[in-house]
Amino acid sequence: MREHRSGTGTEHAYRVREFEAFVAGAAGRLLHAATLLTAETRTRNPHARTLLTAALAHTYAVWGRLRDEDPYDLTRRDLAARFARTARRYRAGRGGVLSALHPQERLVVVLRLYEGVAEEQVGALLGLPEARVRAVCARSVAALRATSDRDAGTAA
Amino acid sequence: MTRHEDKEAAVRRMLDTPHPPVPADLAVRAAASGARRARLERVARRLLWGLFVVAAVAFAVWASAARPWEVPPAETTPPLEGW
Repeated sequence: MREHRSGTGTEHAYRVREFEAFVAGAAGRLLHAATLLTAETRTRNPHARTLLTAALAHTYAVWGRLRDEDPYDLTRRDLAARFARTARRYRAGRGGVLSALHPQERLVVVLRLYEGVAEEQVGALLGLPEARVRAVCARSVAALRATSDRDAGTAA
Repeated sequence: MTRHEDKEAAVRRMLDTPHPPVPADLAVRAAASGARRARLERVARRLLWGLFVVAAVAFAVWASAARPWEVPPAETTPPLEGW
């Protein structure tokens, strides 16, 4: 509504430019995180792209209402929530590094280890107690180490 | 460094592969879809407000006509006569 009253073309263009600058800076890292989540490969990641496009669309929709919020954090949270909602689709790995893990384990590993989000924030995001996040993370790390050791063993 | 942290660092290295190439039209598509979503939300919000206003007006009109707070005239008591 406010947009319409003061919705001049220049303001809209400014907002689009700002958003595009944000995407140019953040999309690479976010797409990598999304690709890790959907366990797709670096070159073939249509699901990760769809997820990220939807999350970025949400960020754009609230762009004018962002106060002191970090758009990167907002997009990451939306991406994680979106992935958690549709996790059943991604149960089967598609050749990514985390293919061996369940969707929830992937979420915890990516948020904790790749994105470096604090345990209590991951817990709040996924609706899990902190101890459970720690346990899932430790279990996933152990599983990943085991698979990578096995791969190294077969390769050698 | 403990063994556990060692393992976590190894997994971190495993995740830290080069980023996938970002499609060139990602920002444009996201902006278009986000603008559509914002517009839909705006329309839905206006519709709900309109509905609320209509309901409030309808209630006010009905209440002023029916006056449901007034005690209805007694129908069972026989009229007092010859007092």
